[in-house]
Amino acid sequence: MTATAKPVPTPARRDDTGNFVSRLISIVSSQEIILLFVLIALLASVGSANPRYVAERNFINIFNGNAYIAVAAIGMTMVIISRNIDISVGSLIGVLGTISGTLAINGSPIWVSWLVPILVGALVGAAIGFMVAYLRIPSIVVTLGLLSILKGGLITVTSGEWITDLPEGFFLAQMKTPAFSILGLSIPAIPSPIIIMFVLTLIAVLWMRYSQTGRAIYAVGGNAEAARLSGISEKRILMTVFILNGVFVGIAAVLWATQLSIIQSTVPPGLELQIITAAVVGGVSILGGVGTAFGAMIAAILLSAINSALVFIDISPYWFRAVVGILILVTVLADMLRRRRTAAASGD
Amino acid sequence: MNSIPILEIEHISKRFPGVQALSDVQFQVHAGEVHALLGENGAGKSTLIKIISGVHRPDEGTIRIDNRPVSFNNPREAQALGVATIYQELSLYPELTVAENIFMGHAPRGPLGIVDWREMGRRSREILESLEITDLDVNRKVGGLSVGQRQRVEIAKALSLNARILIMDEPTAALTEADVQRLFSIVRLLRERGVGVIYISHRLEEVFLLADRVTVLRDGQYVGTADVKDVTSDQLVSMMVGRTIENMFPKLPAVIGDPVLEVRNLSRRPLCKSVNLTVRSGEIVGLAGLVGSGRSELAQTIFGFTPAQEGEILLNGQAVRIRNPGQAMRYGIAYVPEDRGTQGLIREMRLRENVSLAVLRTMTRSGFIDTAQERRLAAEAIEQLGIRAYSIDQVVNKLSGGNQQKVVVSKWLASKPKVLIMDEPTRGVDVGAKAEIHHLISELAQQGLAILMISSELPEVLGMSDRIIVMREGRVVAEFDREEANQKNVVTAMMRETAEPATASTGQGVSV
Repeated sequence: MTATAKPVPTPARRDDTGNFVSRLISIVSSQEIILLFVLIALLASVGSANPRYVAERNFINIFNGNAYIAVAAIGMTMVIISRNIDISVGSLIGVLGTISGTLAINGSPIWVSWLVPILVGALVGAAIGFMVAYLRIPSIVVTLGLLSILKGGLITVTSGEWITDLPEGFFLAQMKTPAFSILGLSIPAIPSPIIIMFVLTLIAVLWMRYSQTGRAIYAVGGNAEAARLSGISEKRILMTVFILNGVFVGIAAVLWATQLSIIQSTVPPGLELQIITAAVVGGVSILGGVGTAFGAMIAAILLSAINSALVFIDISPYWFRAVVGILILVTVLADMLRRRRTAAASGD
Repeated sequence: MNSIPILEIEHISKRFPGVQALSDVQFQVHAGEVHALLGENGAGKSTLIKIISGVHRPDEGTIRIDNRPVSFNNPREAQALGVATIYQELSLYPELTVAENIFMGHAPRGPLGIVDWREMGRRSREILESLEITDLDVNRKVGGLSVGQRQRVEIAKALSLNARILIMDEPTAALTEADVQRLFSIVRLLRERGVGVIYISHRLEEVFLLADRVTVLRDGQYVGTADVKDVTSDQLVSMMVGRTIENMFPKLPAVIGDPVLEVRNLSRRPLCKSVNLTVRSGEIVGLAGLVGSGRSELAQTIFGFTPAQEGEILLNGQAVRIRNPGQAMRYGIAYVPEDRGTQGLIREMRLRENVSLAVLRTMTRSGFIDTAQERRLAAEAIEQLGIRAYSIDQVVNKLSGGNQQKVVVSKWLASKPKVLIMDEPTRGVDVGAKAEIHHLISELAQQGLAILMISSELPEVLGMSDRIIVMREGRVVAEFDREEANQKNVVTAMMRETAEPATASTGQGVSV
């Protein structure tokens, strides 16, 4: 292909070398940066009002408290970017956590009780994906049905009994790195959920940004018809998205089940909403095609920080939900305004 | 006709961003007249009827009804003065009954303001009977009716509003022959009752069968009005096309080689029926036809987006089966779709991501995208097509229409196709970008690509094509060499009812 259009174009600035800074900016687009600043501002201002807020213990708790939500939000990010939704995740976490605990108290090896929930999560994801991609049932309907099935099924099977007497070594979420000091800087013990959250988010962001499949998820969510006309199999991509979502939900369920010495065997109320909130506040567009798992993670941490801040500045924790609601509305509004502005700028 | 017109329009102009849709247009309808409105795609017919029916407000000019100047803020105000419109897409509620649809928004009410269902049913039957429609149960749900029946419900609805001016926008486009005949007799009944009918159609023979007068628009301008009995179809075609092609289409000489794409008896109902065509290397084949003639459907069938039900596709002489766009791409076919917004671009994605989308599979290493290669590709595209963008990382949403179109074209050139199908390659782009895209198409043909170009713009088709194929109602109805093609014979072929070669017929073109 050597054709050139005749009227010589105005030279465009091109960074085909792809310098490091511009790539960094392209990875971390504006919404994520804004959230990061909001988080830092919150930590600084509440911390100055009440130093105990940013003391080591609470500081780690802020990051640790919502880590399993952040992990589930990675999958939710992919689902929403593909222009779908999964409202069954909260129930699924409850079921998978219960499976994990039941396996553990019945003498399965610890690694089995961690792995099986993840595999079951992937299977459930495949079933959702099949119904959405091949049977063309809207994902909100599929997962609404699944939510009821899982919720009802769980209560029926466990009668709401708690799982106790979990074996030693089961508690993945309570494990920590050893504290140590380097160059006079003492590094505290980091709980494993924080590490898992950071590592998985990093992998997910890179995979979604640089893999062929990851790119295709954005394409399908951004404009499914154009993606299909470009030779992308929408069905295969949706299957992939829901299976991966199931895997992340499985990991989140293990973290949830192993954080306390008991498992409540019920569905944590409103958990799916917290996960969706993290994704949406993190800049994942409900209209599809836009967002990163990094944003969802920062949003999950921010929500945890807000929750904790209300306690430290002595505001009723009941305000938490209202604050979260405002956050959601502001984020979605910003997304809409941004889209409208760029649509207007394109002139058609 | 020397009575006072019920509708009179003078000096109407309407501008949309970037287009002068109408300038200084006049139009009149008398009571008891069927007045046909003719023009090519984009001539301004739709804008004019939207102004008459209150959807758009004119920038300039006056509308008079019964010799009184009026202005409509919305379609409701137009309705109140007796203007009813039946659009191509019928606007009925499938879950409601025939009677409920007819009286939607103005149901007869009894005391206490409760809907009087019996009265509604009675009056619905009355209206239908007055139109000699006896096979419609007013209590049936509209969802189960045929297109022809629904259209009759729409007409009854218009009459229930005491419409005196009835606008019909291509009413026969989706009808069976029997339904067309019934529609004609209903229109004649309305004429007898003194309704002024504005009748828009692409079918010249319908104009001669039905209309009393005809007005022709071209490029948003008023061309003329004539009594139907005084004109021939050839005269009408001349009025519609009228302009000369300026020398703005730089068709470069190219060596035409062997057939690359051959299509034999290809069918995909309803709009692609037993199509045969051949495109050779280095050749630009223009595909002309009215909107809805099946041009895009043919392209999408070849490309595997709506796979063929019957027939053969041959590439370089070998029969291939194409069931999805991915396969078509692997065989070296590329399709630049008609609507770049909904089919071409991922608007939230960056320029480089859009350019590489169709070739991602060839530039990945173990599943990961080679971003250096992607950046090179995008940079090349900017240079070759003259895309005006700040950077290859710019989100395409922020580019102008012409530049967006170039991004879509470059996406498909990146796949190094042997066959390039372009569906309305210059729709909605400015003049400069248009010339650039034309030049590019010409150069690609010089390099040996086989190009199939769909266009609704006749000058573009005539100026760019080595050969022109005309489609009508899903079939190829005529074929012209570059030398023999002109606006008149191509338009005649696009509009004429019969599928005989358009060059052979020079008469009235009226078939009954």
